[in-house]
Amino acid sequence: MPTIWLVLVLIALSITGFFLGRHRALASANGNSKDLHSLPVYYGNNVALTALVPALVVMAIWSMAQPLIIDSRVSSMIPESAIDEGSTRGLVMSDVRRVAEGLNIAVAEGAMTREQAHDLRSGFSDIRGRLGEVGVALGSEVRPEVLRAAQRYRQASSTGNLAMTIVVALTALAGFGWSYSRTHKDFRARNVVERGILALLIIAASLAILTTVGIVLSMLFETRNFFGLHSWRDFFFGGTWAPNFRGDSELSFLPLLWGTLYISVIALLVAVPVGLFAAIYLSEYAGKATRAIAKPLLEILAGIPTIVYGLFALLTVGPALVRFFGQGENGILGVEWMSGATSVLTAGVVMGVMLIPFVSSLSDDIINSVPQAMRDGSLGLGATKSETVRQVVMPAALPGIVGAILLAASRAIGETMIVVMGAGAIAKFSLNPLDSMTTITTRIVSQLTGDTDFASPETLVAFALGLTLFVLTLGLNVLALYIVRKYREQYE
Amino acid sequence: MPKKHGNSLLELTDRTKRRNAAETRFKAYGIAAIAIGLLMLVILITTIVGKGVGAFQQTFVTLNVELLENKLDKNGNRNLDDIKKVTTFGYAPIIRGAIEAKVKELGIETPLKSKDMAQLLSKDAAAQLREYVLAHPDEIGKTVEFRFLAQSRVDGYLKGRVSRDSIGNDKNISAAQLDLVDALVKVGVIKKTFNSAFIFGSDASDARPEAAGMGVSMVGSLFMMLVVLALALPIGVAASIYLEEFAPQNWLTDIIEVNIANLAAVPSIVFGILGLAVFINYMHLPTSAPLVGGLVLTLMTLPTIIISTRASLKAVPPSIRDAALGVGASKMQAVFHHVLPLAAPGILTGTIIGLAQALGETAPLLLIGMVGFIASNAPDSVASGLLDPNSAMPAQIYEWAKRADPAFYERAWGGIIILLVFLITMNTLAVILRRRFERRW
Amino acid sequence: MNDMTVVDNTVETQSIKIAAKDVNVYYGEAHAIKDVNVEIEDKTVTAFIGPSGCGKSTFLRCLNRMNDTIDICRVTGDILLDGEDIYDKRVDPVQLRAQVGMVFQKPNPFPKSIYDNVAYGPRIHGLAKNKAELDEIVEKSLRRGAIWDEVKDRLDKPGTGLSGGQQQRLCIARAVATEPEVLLMDEPCSALDPIATAQVEELIDELRKSYSVVIVTHSMQQAARVSQKTAFFHLGNLVEFGPTGHIFTNPEDPRTESYITGRIG
Repeated sequence: MPTIWLVLVLIALSITGFFLGRHRALASANGNSKDLHSLPVYYGNNVALTALVPALVVMAIWSMAQPLIIDSRVSSMIPESAIDEGSTRGLVMSDVRRVAEGLNIAVAEGAMTREQAHDLRSGFSDIRGRLGEVGVALGSEVRPEVLRAAQRYRQASSTGNLAMTIVVALTALAGFGWSYSRTHKDFRARNVVERGILALLIIAASLAILTTVGIVLSMLFETRNFFGLHSWRDFFFGGTWAPNFRGDSELSFLPLLWGTLYISVIALLVAVPVGLFAAIYLSEYAGKATRAIAKPLLEILAGIPTIVYGLFALLTVGPALVRFFGQGENGILGVEWMSGATSVLTAGVVMGVMLIPFVSSLSDDIINSVPQAMRDGSLGLGATKSETVRQVVMPAALPGIVGAILLAASRAIGETMIVVMGAGAIAKFSLNPLDSMTTITTRIVSQLTGDTDFASPETLVAFALGLTLFVLTLGLNVLALYIVRKYREQYE
Repeated sequence: MPKKHGNSLLELTDRTKRRNAAETRFKAYGIAAIAIGLLMLVILITTIVGKGVGAFQQTFVTLNVELLENKLDKNGNRNLDDIKKVTTFGYAPIIRGAIEAKVKELGIETPLKSKDMAQLLSKDAAAQLREYVLAHPDEIGKTVEFRFLAQSRVDGYLKGRVSRDSIGNDKNISAAQLDLVDALVKVGVIKKTFNSAFIFGSDASDARPEAAGMGVSMVGSLFMMLVVLALALPIGVAASIYLEEFAPQNWLTDIIEVNIANLAAVPSIVFGILGLAVFINYMHLPTSAPLVGGLVLTLMTLPTIIISTRASLKAVPPSIRDAALGVGASKMQAVFHHVLPLAAPGILTGTIIGLAQALGETAPLLLIGMVGFIASNAPDSVASGLLDPNSAMPAQIYEWAKRADPAFYERAWGGIIILLVFLITMNTLAVILRRRFERRW
Repeated sequence: MNDMTVVDNTVETQSIKIAAKDVNVYYGEAHAIKDVNVEIEDKTVTAFIGPSGCGKSTFLRCLNRMNDTIDICRVTGDILLDGEDIYDKRVDPVQLRAQVGMVFQKPNPFPKSIYDNVAYGPRIHGLAKNKAELDEIVEKSLRRGAIWDEVKDRLDKPGTGLSGGQQQRLCIARAVATEPEVLLMDEPCSALDPIATAQVEELIDELRKSYSVVIVTHSMQQAARVSQKTAFFHLGNLVEFGPTGHIFTNPEDPRTESYITGRIG
């Protein structure tokens, strides 16, 4: 792992810099630290940081940019004729990368020598077979253009890596030398170091933006690829979800959206009344002792991982529902309405249970922020507590509670494990809650796990679905956060 | 005395009675809601414990095995390479012999052939024995007492999961075999004991649920948590310090704040897509590696850590900052020397809670390939721990839940018990920290 | 104190509306009110004055059992409204509060329309048989609250949109809408500007014709301006109780004198 070694070397250099810098500063003041502008550690830190940080930044930017540059270089090598009809340059490139990676693995595992990998000619040797042996499965036999591009790709990568190592090392040394030479007793080391640290803090804070940008860009990019292969009309307005890995898939997100919304509505029908009444009881009626016990116990439900709820849906709730509504004569109700354990109701109910503490703790906060004066005013007129809650506290808290419910809805829409395990895999428009249905998140998981081929619309559709999900939940979140914030300001 | 309302306070009017009844009903709804919530918790916990506790026990068959030299080491020179050439097929007859001898020795009447008798043992039995022989080549030629895993149907029979009625057309077990099991249980050859292999062992293939364990995926989770801790804590604290102490009120700060609030509510699976697209497809990091899992979970946990860290920084009163600035400290020094140490317990609590969340998260791990293969080898170094394919606890549970055999379901529930023990420990630690160091200003 | 205009006690001796006997109030361990005995007359404004934390508001809140909403609060002794013990087990505080209304320190209109604010009490107590009757009650109450002319054209606008003084008069109108016999006012002018204060004080004097009014105030001038009877509280004790003019001009207890002359407070 050369990158790890490079980082270790940088850290070692930086630590050395710390001691040398401190020593030099003290020496310049003849060992009397009072003559220094700043404390001795700042001189050390100055050298250490100047050696380490710019080098790391260069390294990070380089490793981000290198694949992009190499990609564009190599992709221009591929002649137009090598791109099949219905395929795109981007998809051929993903083949190229796969072959290149396969060759790397083959060399690393000793299945090929470096020279062999370099001199391979397609047609002469069974590349697909040999790469298959080391665990890199290829969809089809490698064509000469692709192989040549892959070799070029490998070569460019290794050149790039070498160049990066050199540049990073030089940056580190330059930083080290520069800051070391500046170390002198009159040098304002503290100010410089503090400015540097502030810059680091800003970078850390910007990571949030970077993450969002990363999410949007990565999905946008692949979604564009998807719409290059598949009609956007079918995706947005078609009525059928029928992926077929032999081609001719119908990939409309509408049936998935229907399943998602249906399950979310059931979940909210469970979670909102229960969560809201629990919050009202806890904040308006419960004594201190009850509150101290019931609130944390309810919140345990929120801390349980969703995989547990998923298992609960699959193995407990689903079969229990089947005992009621399925099994015909042998069932409890003697009806045959349900064919399997997975259904909209199974997933919805379990998700509802998961959301109870979410709704209740958010509502609890919001109800508590309704001023006591409001309650006193109502009680002082002779209203009972429930009249006060229903007619004064609730209307006052309504915007906040709507916000809380929207947040819960966004949770429900984005929830994955419960629906993966409890909802089923059939995409359809049905009103029957005992039917097995599927959701956006479920399909994302199923299209992106297992053997995936990033050149087929059946795989890429997952990114379009992901983007839809992101936009949907983002809209709900922004709206909800806005409402809640406005609501809070009203009483502050 | 004149009364405007016409009646005494001491008598309730009908209207008041009706209103009080409505009050009682309303209160009852509240109590019912809390009861429903708590009932769900109780059902969930009893289900988990009831179904999962079985995974911590396992049925074993103790046999005297004669390690025949002519089968295991034909050359008789105890050369390890030669011994290794004998595959598990070579061990099968030895095991068949051992169980047949045991049955004969005990004088149990059974119509079964030795092959059917050996079917009571796990498919893993031969591999188990081979491993033992490779570790102790000196034992070849001797007769040793050996504890074999029983196959999952036998295990299920002893745990009540499998009954004579349920086996029907099951080709893995027959009524005659169960008779033999009954007889062997009576004399103590087949016994159910504590199963440490479930906690520390590795996963096993579809056909051998009795050999599957959580150990390796636990290591995978551990490495992921190390990555999360090493990245999310410093970055989160740095971002919070900037936003809380230094950031000017401007559009950039606003954008960052809105971003963080939104990221905290983005579905976890979206982070999985990000991980797949950026870390695996673009940066070519290895699939299924705990490093990638850790990176994805870091991005997911960051908003949580930032939000809680900012709350603890905010809780430190401004007077502390003023005091430090008053004696001539720079703003940076005031923050790092005074505010940060005072906020540390709160930051730590938030971090532990964030880690606990990350530990239980499954959906993003599915997309970066931490499900779908058998995590059989524990990593032997830090680098391999980070980069070699592995599973994680929740992913392992999901994997077991997907396999159709009920024996794996038991293990999935058992896995949940282990996962919850970790989560409860972490959350308790957070609560203790908060109680112990909570400061009221 | 020479700018003080003492209202002459022109109202003739009234029947006793509320009688408190040996009232003690505890907040957990703290003894907030100690053996208070007081008789509040009908159609009279009674002012409770005293330094902050003396227990005057606490005692006021005992009179319509608003203290019930505080868990740790405990009241002993008897408080009789028209001869009936309001702390009797059979008394429902809900019914009591319909007869003993309350106006609070900060105006607290509900986040509803002006009409709904006033109609709230009559609705929950079922005082109107139909919409016309309710309209009538609302108008009458708003007139009594001396705010009708200002709001009659915007009854459907939210009550929170009014100015502070208007809000407080709306709250008073809301309180009189349930046709109480006693009105308790907890520093009703402390959050208002001088002009709004003057309006509310005028209103209080008007309300005296129909109700027994008890007002807690931290302003001695206000007590002198609006009340006929004054009670001085100090450290949970009722130090002195008597005609307002008497208390302000000729206090018997040295503590009352110190407070009135500004030495304690």
